[in-house]
Amino acid sequence: MRIELIKRPERSALFAALSPFIALGLTLVAGAIMFSLLGKSPVEALYYYFIDPLREVWSLHELAIKAAPLILIAVGLSICYLSNNWNIGAEGQFVVGAIVGSILPVMFPDFQSWIVLPLMLLMGIAGGAAYAAIPAYLKVRFNTNEILTSLMLVYVAQLFLDWMVRGPWRNPAGMNFPETRTFSAAATLPEVWSASGRANWGFVFAIVAAIALWFMLSRTLKGFEVQVLGQSPRAGRFAGFSQSRMVFFAFLVSGGLAGLAGISEVSGAIGQLRPTISPGYGFAAIIVAFLGRLNPLGIIAAGLVLALSYLGGEAAQISIGVSDKVVRAFQGMLLFFVLACDTLILYRIRFVGTSAAKTVEATQNV
Amino acid sequence: MFEGILLTIATAATPLLIAAVGELVVERSGVLNLGVEGMMVMGAVTGFGVALATGSPWLGVLAAIMVGALFSLLFGFLTLTLVTNQVATGLALTLLGLGLAGMMGESFVGLPGVKMDYVYIPGLSDLPMVGRLFFGQDPLFYVSIVLTGGVAYFLFKTRAGLTLRSIGDNHTSAHALGIKVIAIRYMAVMFGGACAGLAGAYLSLVYTPQWNENMTAGRGWIALALVVFASWRPWRVLAGAYLFGAVSIGQLHAQALGIGVPSQLLSSLPYLATVVVLVLISRNRRLTMVNTPASLGRPFVPDR
Amino acid sequence: MKKTILSLAAAAAVMSFGTVAAEAKVKACWIYVGPIGDFGYSYQHHQGLLHAKEKFGDELETAYLESVPEGADAERAIERFARSGCNIIFATSFGYMDPLNKVAGKFPDVKFEHATGYKREHPNVATFNSKFHEGRYIQGVIAAKESKAGVAGYIASFPIPEVVMGINSFMLGAQSVNPDFKVKVVWANTWFDAGKEADAAKALIDQGVDIITQHTDSTAPMQVATERGIKAFGQASDMIKFGPTTQLTSIVDDWGPYYIERIQEVIDGTWKQSDIWGGMKEGHVVMAPYANMSDETKKLAEETEAKIKSGSFNPFTGPVTKQDGTEWLKAGEVAQDGVLLGLNFYVKGVDDKLPQ
Repeated sequence: MRIELIKRPERSALFAALSPFIALGLTLVAGAIMFSLLGKSPVEALYYYFIDPLREVWSLHELAIKAAPLILIAVGLSICYLSNNWNIGAEGQFVVGAIVGSILPVMFPDFQSWIVLPLMLLMGIAGGAAYAAIPAYLKVRFNTNEILTSLMLVYVAQLFLDWMVRGPWRNPAGMNFPETRTFSAAATLPEVWSASGRANWGFVFAIVAAIALWFMLSRTLKGFEVQVLGQSPRAGRFAGFSQSRMVFFAFLVSGGLAGLAGISEVSGAIGQLRPTISPGYGFAAIIVAFLGRLNPLGIIAAGLVLALSYLGGEAAQISIGVSDKVVRAFQGMLLFFVLACDTLILYRIRFVGTSAAKTVEATQNV
Repeated sequence: MFEGILLTIATAATPLLIAAVGELVVERSGVLNLGVEGMMVMGAVTGFGVALATGSPWLGVLAAIMVGALFSLLFGFLTLTLVTNQVATGLALTLLGLGLAGMMGESFVGLPGVKMDYVYIPGLSDLPMVGRLFFGQDPLFYVSIVLTGGVAYFLFKTRAGLTLRSIGDNHTSAHALGIKVIAIRYMAVMFGGACAGLAGAYLSLVYTPQWNENMTAGRGWIALALVVFASWRPWRVLAGAYLFGAVSIGQLHAQALGIGVPSQLLSSLPYLATVVVLVLISRNRRLTMVNTPASLGRPFVPDR
Repeated sequence: MKKTILSLAAAAAVMSFGTVAAEAKVKACWIYVGPIGDFGYSYQHHQGLLHAKEKFGDELETAYLESVPEGADAERAIERFARSGCNIIFATSFGYMDPLNKVAGKFPDVKFEHATGYKREHPNVATFNSKFHEGRYIQGVIAAKESKAGVAGYIASFPIPEVVMGINSFMLGAQSVNPDFKVKVVWANTWFDAGKEADAAKALIDQGVDIITQHTDSTAPMQVATERGIKAFGQASDMIKFGPTTQLTSIVDDWGPYYIERIQEVIDGTWKQSDIWGGMKEGHVVMAPYANMSDETKKLAEETEAKIKSGSFNPFTGPVTKQDGTEWLKAGEVAQDGVLLGLNFYVKGVDDKLPQ
């Protein structure tokens, strides 16, 4: 038996809406099998994975905290990927944004005013954007492949942060441990609804950024330019769009948003700089961007789903004692199903029997 | 001491080289598989386990190659048959690989592994200075060199290699010429998986004969970067892997000499060196364009 | 769909009641920074959990989270534990300090134990650590006795006080035997990367050291030393299996006794805030059997160990000179714990510079 794809005449709106649920169904089945094989009750495992984290309000706050950097970075990356710029160094831009944004609270801790926080956010954006400008410049000027440069700069940024918090920026009152001083109240991103949990304004930034970029992409000339240059650079040139400027635009936007995510995380959820401030948000956001089909609104949903899978994995570890390896494998599986089901949006699937000419239409013409 | 340094560099470079050469073939066929790290770690755990169970490192290597290829088949099915996004699927493959390998290796933690013996040719291996270097390394070192040469020959001197490159450059016209695009890509992806598996086995059987979770420690990512660094040319992958290895080992020596430069700065040298060298060689725009597979990462569905 | 979810939830609720052992008196929870498969730091903490489980049997319910990143995730993990009915929570990495104290303020009935930190902002927070440097001193003594080259290689992870303390203690031990002994330091900038640690070991050996010691977690340096035919010290666990003819001894982190003690106190209702810095005397630091050395060295090592265990000797006893030549400790003066816990300078003779 062979599988054949037949391109639909147009995007299927039905399957665009349905495919996440099909994927969820398949994941539940496969997950149930996996957990039974491991000797765990599948119902219990899946309950802790998908429902337990949504039961309590504090946990919803945690979901927002976890999803915020993923969404912020991913919407920026969507501009890059739509315009065919392969920025995979968002992790580094996140880190540099956090460092530059922390200049005020670390070096001038006595400067406390309402203006501190907005300045920090702006500096974070500027830091991330400037760091992303390096691969952009090298690409435009020297034709250097951005996949390599942006990835290598991630390691450089992480080591630089490591040096900063162990050397010049070490907390003078911190027993020589690698961390900066904790930020003052004026430099802390406020919580949105502090009575019920610690979600901060970072999540609001994420939603606003997603909506703004969605508007830009679907309703403005700039958005049109992004799509045209991504799909056909030649056509873009005929339309008078500049490829080089687009490279800078895409990198600066995504770098700036990654920088904003970095400073929001540090100022909101952590409260100081430490040797590691991100558990790989910049890489996870690449998955989120594609999971959300490079559509900023889709990315909001995708970011929440991925965040849920982290929280759910934790709940499952605690409650029924599955190891975090199982959790990661399960996460990989979930992503596979979601990606595979998205195929149905653009294609119909036919199973072609090898011997007989009998063909089965898996999905009807919709 | 000099010989020791060179041997250390070779050991550090070999797994990068093997994985990168495999990925190079995949990318030359127009497919971008970011799951190298995941396939590598699967190879590492399989190689370790099989060698431990059978006592034979060679069976371990064989098993690692097979598991690497099988695991990449998963990626192939999704991206080639179901045309899912290659970047996201590759990343998901890495997640899955790290998780599965951790599960498989839970009982291997804290056990010394089986180490593959060095090659020994009486007389030659004992030559001063060059003996160990040329005639006394681990067998997989020689495999990595032959592999590089073989892939270079295959890609640029054989008809099949030309076919593979033509798919990577333009899958639509290759398809129009009657070339089985999908089938050939499947083979390329599996070759890449097999190489990643072998590179993983190198880690757990030669480099450090033990199993630890996440023991690949980002080497799959470096291998990916090296393919780009080499602008998709096999011998340049070799040069890149040895450059990266040399700077990595060099910074450790600089530290041991006590030169007093922050270790973080020294540790970032291999990454910076790679960027700087790539900038220098990619200024020749025409040369880079010729070697970049134009269809890289683009989905392909044959229409009939 | 909604109905299915509801019935799923109901079923799960029933089941989760079933799993709570009726006789469990106390629930203890652990948070590890690395995977328990690292065969190093987190592995040893997990061994502590297993010891406690063995000791208390059905009276104790346990849970753990591994590979919890320091940062925003730590606070969530700790809070989740606090909410899920843990009576005592052990957070085993320095970076969990601030989140732990924050959560502790919200859950006054839960006991929080933080390894390697110094903040105790609430009465329900305690801190604990081990005096690994006591073992490093003995290693230094052994190294100076056994080394022919007079120089040892030290693979270090990150420049934090604990690691600096270890280097200094090793150096002082070595100098007590051979005042001219040298130590070469390489920072791997990782706690755990077998390949990189192996490379560091090879680099050090190529530069002429004939003894390797490490403050990183993998067994790779031990294997390299075996291959090159020199001697080495293990780290965190007994690594003799990786170097039967190589390992001189190893500093074994034994967290079990502390965990058992504290859990017992929770059961008895006698738990109180404390700051425990246990060493060889308390059984928190254990030396693996001395092997692969001359009888004379072994005897000296055992004597040193006995002196430290009895409390009559502290590795940081003057006269000690700093690297820059100024005096740190006068003859007979013993370093204060507070200074040690924030140590950021070398003693004389260390061939390396610390980032300032």
